[in-house]
Amino acid sequence: MNSIKDQLSFYGSALQLRGKRNSILASNIANAATPNYKARDISFEDQINKISRNGPITTTHNNHIVSNSNKSINNPSYREPLVASLDGNTVELAVEQMQFSENTMRYSTTVNFLNGKINKIMSAIRGE
Amino acid sequence: MMDIKSVYDIAGRAMAAQLVRLNTVASNLANAGSTTGDPKTTYKPLKPIFQTQYSDLVKKNGIATVDAIEVKELEREPIKSYMPSHPAANEAGYIFKAAVNVDEEMVDMMEASRQYQNNVEVVTTLRALTMRTLQIGK
Repeated sequence: MNSIKDQLSFYGSALQLRGKRNSILASNIANAATPNYKARDISFEDQINKISRNGPITTTHNNHIVSNSNKSINNPSYREPLVASLDGNTVELAVEQMQFSENTMRYSTTVNFLNGKINKIMSAIRGE
Repeated sequence: MMDIKSVYDIAGRAMAAQLVRLNTVASNLANAGSTTGDPKTTYKPLKPIFQTQYSDLVKKNGIATVDAIEVKELEREPIKSYMPSHPAANEAGYIFKAAVNVDEEMVDMMEASRQYQNNVEVVTTLRALTMRTLQIGK
């Protein structure tokens, strides 16, 4: 049972991170016209490294519940604007839109990988 | 203050804020030519004040939306012009026109509608992604 979980958990973490980054980028786009708002972002590579380096939390008892530690991604960094604007807002719509479309594309790529993995496991189970 | 739970809250509230802005633009444009005989009662252009609303008090998780917290009247002097034949003119023969800058309002309107569209686009994209995620393994 655990080995199936091991096969899929990386994609799970990746999807969770991509989803989190999507909300942060959505916040940036929502605040594109708010004075003094500072655009924020997380580095997917850094966060996924953090998660995969630490690995799953080991439990010493069957009743212990493994908590998902990567849910709390705190303190996203602030984006450096290409051109500073007068109202103190650092959201650049073109940048945010590109990042957003890249992130959604990578999210669906991860979904595709996950589907492929599940199909492989299913065919191994069925022995076809 | 309502909680910000999902991307639908983020985009939805931002869209509501942009709609307030579009409403003020419409009011300003509708009253662009209105005149009175008393500078105190002349229409003053309305502008919304936008403020970022963070989902947590310490601004740690980077999730935020925007609200139009209030609508303010701009302190602009009405445009005074001498028209003694005007029915609304005061004793000295002056009328006062609302100080609405039509060009400024048009630019504001275009920006607000673009921002609105961006938020709609975000919701549409993320809804499609959620639907795909729900189909995993089928």
